[in-house]
Amino acid sequence: MNAISTNRLTKYYGKTRGIIDLNLSVGEGDFFGFIGPNGAGKSTTIRILLGLITATSGSAEVFDHDVQKKKTTVLQEIGYLPSEAMFYNGMRVKDILRLSADLHRQDCQAEAKRLCERLELDTSRKIEELSLGNRKKVGIVCAMQHKPKLYILDEPTSGLDPLIQREFFLLLKERNAEGATVFLSSHVLSEVQRYCKHAAVIREGKLLVSDSVENLGHTDTKRITIRGVDTAPSLPHTKDIKILPDAVTFLYSGKPDLLLKTLSDLPITDITIAEPDLEEVFLHYYTKEEHPNADL
Amino acid sequence: MPIFRHELRRGRISLLIWTGAISFMLGVCVLIYPEMGAQMGDIGSMFANMGSFSEAFGMDKINFGEFAGFFSVECGNVLGIGGAFFAALLGVSSLAKEEKERTAEFLLTHPVSRPRIIAEKLCAVLVQILILNTAVIAVTVLSVCFIRETVSEKTFALLFLAYFLMQLEIAAITFGISAFLKRGNVGIGIGLSAVFYFLNILANLTDDAEFLKYLTPFGYTDGADIIAKSAVPGRYLTVGIIVSVVGIVCAFWKYSRKDVG
Repeated sequence: MNAISTNRLTKYYGKTRGIIDLNLSVGEGDFFGFIGPNGAGKSTTIRILLGLITATSGSAEVFDHDVQKKKTTVLQEIGYLPSEAMFYNGMRVKDILRLSADLHRQDCQAEAKRLCERLELDTSRKIEELSLGNRKKVGIVCAMQHKPKLYILDEPTSGLDPLIQREFFLLLKERNAEGATVFLSSHVLSEVQRYCKHAAVIREGKLLVSDSVENLGHTDTKRITIRGVDTAPSLPHTKDIKILPDAVTFLYSGKPDLLLKTLSDLPITDITIAEPDLEEVFLHYYTKEEHPNADL
Repeated sequence: MPIFRHELRRGRISLLIWTGAISFMLGVCVLIYPEMGAQMGDIGSMFANMGSFSEAFGMDKINFGEFAGFFSVECGNVLGIGGAFFAALLGVSSLAKEEKERTAEFLLTHPVSRPRIIAEKLCAVLVQILILNTAVIAVTVLSVCFIRETVSEKTFALLFLAYFLMQLEIAAITFGISAFLKRGNVGIGIGLSAVFYFLNILANLTDDAEFLKYLTPFGYTDGADIIAKSAVPGRYLTVGIIVSVVGIVCAFWKYSRKDVG
């Protein structure tokens, strides 16, 4: 069973594009990263899954339930963390957590207490006194205290300090190990590379690729760094050439023997050939159409 | 009913202030009557003979020398305007404030169906109006006892019933509007109430404009009519009930399929 599956999901806001023909599937128990630049359609997809907005065409299912027809059933299984968590002013943190639990018809006090301790969240504070990061923590507890089967997290780490970020991902890892599915949108590629098993890239409303993070990072492209020269060798299939004070670095996706032949004629003193960062791979997806000749 | 409870909690200070203000004003109006009543002989006929002005407020049909007459005009202005504004504020902000304060995302991503949310919010609006009116009636009855006036219970009950229904209608209309708004626009609620109030004044002024009474919920709260006929005008009230139902149906229809956030 898939935790999330969408079939030709399309959303237009009037004439403005949201997403187009999106086919996404996230297996149960996966830790899934949903990557794309701002305005690519990540939040639109998430909002449809949560039933906040209605798709123009196509369908979306969560645990085989149609998100439109079985909205309440679907929401029962989801813990959602919005990118900018907003709560009712004038209420205290503990009242918000209580309200959220009541709306889930569950008693989550013990779990809420545990989560607040781990995230160092003071539940007696008033919502309007909280910093962005602390408000985010309230959102995290709301998303996790009822122990859902699916976590949908929209840019979860923005505003959190590195220690809390680590604690938060630790929590997610634990829940994932217990069988829950995690689906997070992000443009922080390093956290996707570090924590996610699978990832999909979305750009201008369309799904570009969906694969395991390992496969996504593995390409025919290498990052070449050479020392002893001050200009890049004239090679085909090079990209992202940088001339540094003591080295020249570039991405190369041509044949290895051509590279070696060319380099052997140069007075180089040192060479490194490495896999490119995932970041570099994703940047290629982000900016594909601006560089039509680049074949990374 | 967590949303219902939550709504009442959030609205409690506003409810307290409006209830306090309206009760106080009505109480004061009642308490100054004995003094005014003593001088009413002359003033009453003056009030009744100010031409259009008297007609506008229905004072030509009312005996100011009687407490019921005095009260129906005072009540009309204090509880009528105050209650209408309060009901409009409640109704217009009920659904839309979630989007304005950007809490809609929080509320709507919990496993509660939209019709259920609408129903609980609507109940909260009705209960708050009921609380306000109950408190206002209690204060009025106490102050009437204090000045030792007697009023026909039926007249009193009918007046308050008419005002209560008028507030419910305004709440229902603005609640329906609220479902369409992206932001809780308080101005729309207050503006609409004011328009309704002035439509009634226009309707009182000339017979040609009497049809306007069908358009405004104030049409069936006219103290003069209620006292004279000892009933809430049925034809205006019928229109009011239909409009209220339409407002509520609109709210359910629109908000259940609205793109939020």
